[in-house]
Amino acid sequence: MKQKKLLPYLLIFPTFLFVSVFTVWPTLLSLSKSFFKQRLNIAKYREPVFNGIQNYSELFHNHEFINVLYNTLIYVLGTVPLTILAAFILAQLLNNKFKGIGYFRLAFFHPSILPMVSAATIWMFFLTPDYGLFNTSLSLLGYSGPQNWTANPNLALFAVMIIAFWKNAGYYMIFYLAGLQNLPASIYEAAKLDGAGYLRTTFSITLPLLKRSTLFISTIAFISAFQTIDHIFVLTKGGPSGKSTVLLYYLWQTRFENLDVGKASAVTIILVVILLAFTMSNIVLSEKKEVPRG
Amino acid sequence: MAKKHIKQTILFLVILFFALLWIAPVIWSFVASTRPLSDPMGRGDVWFGHGLSLGSYAKAFSLAPFGRYYLNTFILVTMVLGVQLVTVTLAAFAFTYYDFKGKKFLFTYILLQMMIPTTALLVPNFSTIRTLKIYDTILAIGIPYFGSAFGVFLLRQAFLSIPGSLVDAGIIDGCAWWQLIRHIYIPSAIPTFTAFAISSISWHWNEFLWPLIITKSDASRPLTAGLVRFTQLGEMGAQWSLLSAATMLVIFPLLIAFLIFQRKFIQGFLHSGLK
Repeated sequence: MKQKKLLPYLLIFPTFLFVSVFTVWPTLLSLSKSFFKQRLNIAKYREPVFNGIQNYSELFHNHEFINVLYNTLIYVLGTVPLTILAAFILAQLLNNKFKGIGYFRLAFFHPSILPMVSAATIWMFFLTPDYGLFNTSLSLLGYSGPQNWTANPNLALFAVMIIAFWKNAGYYMIFYLAGLQNLPASIYEAAKLDGAGYLRTTFSITLPLLKRSTLFISTIAFISAFQTIDHIFVLTKGGPSGKSTVLLYYLWQTRFENLDVGKASAVTIILVVILLAFTMSNIVLSEKKEVPRG
Repeated sequence: MAKKHIKQTILFLVILFFALLWIAPVIWSFVASTRPLSDPMGRGDVWFGHGLSLGSYAKAFSLAPFGRYYLNTFILVTMVLGVQLVTVTLAAFAFTYYDFKGKKFLFTYILLQMMIPTTALLVPNFSTIRTLKIYDTILAIGIPYFGSAFGVFLLRQAFLSIPGSLVDAGIIDGCAWWQLIRHIYIPSAIPTFTAFAISSISWHWNEFLWPLIITKSDASRPLTAGLVRFTQLGEMGAQWSLLSAATMLVIFPLLIAFLIFQRKFIQGFLHSGLK
């Protein structure tokens, strides 16, 4: 370690500057703006007027916003655990050595390199009512319900969740695959000698040893569930009647459709608090329950 | 032995079924993009039309300035990566090599960028971009990412694993700090740089919401934001071959790059997961 007076600060300065201007400052700016009423489409409120916590209290008393929180909860709880579970199962299945295994991995992984917006246009087509392949496959399996997924109030949110699932399962799979390949074969041989079956081995050996992977994957899955709305933007526009509006989409609407800067700032702060609370608790969790790597 | 064989075969068929299901959307879309425009799909006629046609691609090119979009995306990802490589290398070097007051604080401060995703800050960043008078430029799309906490973090890990004796040898040879970076730190961390480059390029190639908000003219829009022009066509129906062709134009370069550099890509993606 070298001691230098000024140089290290100069070297860090560019990064420090960009983080300050585009992360720290905007967070503080939103916090302060969230206590003002400012609406760009109402002449009286073009300039900010202090109104205390009114933006927040209005939000939490607005059933539209409560619905948004509810949709977000459904979206996050519906996609994150299921996608991770699917990723784990896929990794187990594809951690084999049979011929052509690489092609299979490719098949599951390829959606993760696509931009979400083009995944959405691909699925817009895939979900077409009447002759779309999605509905055709479903009807082969006996489904006879409504077909217009993105326009049906009960299915719209579910439709965008399916896309996120399709796109991310293969991505999380590679983390598990990498984890599985690091596990020592000797443990499995020992378990086999002890007569442990497949499920027993999975629950008492594989899952505990892959805890770090799981923790990591759930962090990125959680954050990505909050910050990806491209597919909602393209497929449902948050509708029908707000049924697929999640927090970030609502934030966009509040600022760029309703031109309500004050409320948008409050929503920003709510979003930031949720994300921070999650990452913080995750850091605490990962430091507490350190599991030695195999 | 026979029993094991049957089990293997069933397993194989199950995986095959799901794999086919997984690639169906992209494959179907690709097939649709080759249908002649005059031959729309219908019930029972959803695969190839009468002959292959590049008509949809030609039409997509005539409806939107794809050449411009490609160029913009290319400029965007190169610019962001170029600046990041400099800022990230300098900061990671400082955090590895020097001891100074407030080191821990500064590191935590920079890591804030990983905890508060830039996407969540699009409202205040929009007004910052307005204040800086760079709205509707490629620079505006990229500038929030010029500093990268993730890059600093990743690279610092790589730098820390460089053996001290190697660095000492450099010092004895009379290397100045930039020569140490140039001759010892950078060459020892090439795999990490590659991984970081891949994850940076694919992230900025794919980003959609921020570019859409911060640009309004085709002169500065990247591919992803340009694709939005075609989504209304999908709603009007029957224009699937056109929408598919436009989508393929957006994803082809990435898919091809991925197929060529598969191993590196996956390594890059895995690194973006390293903690």
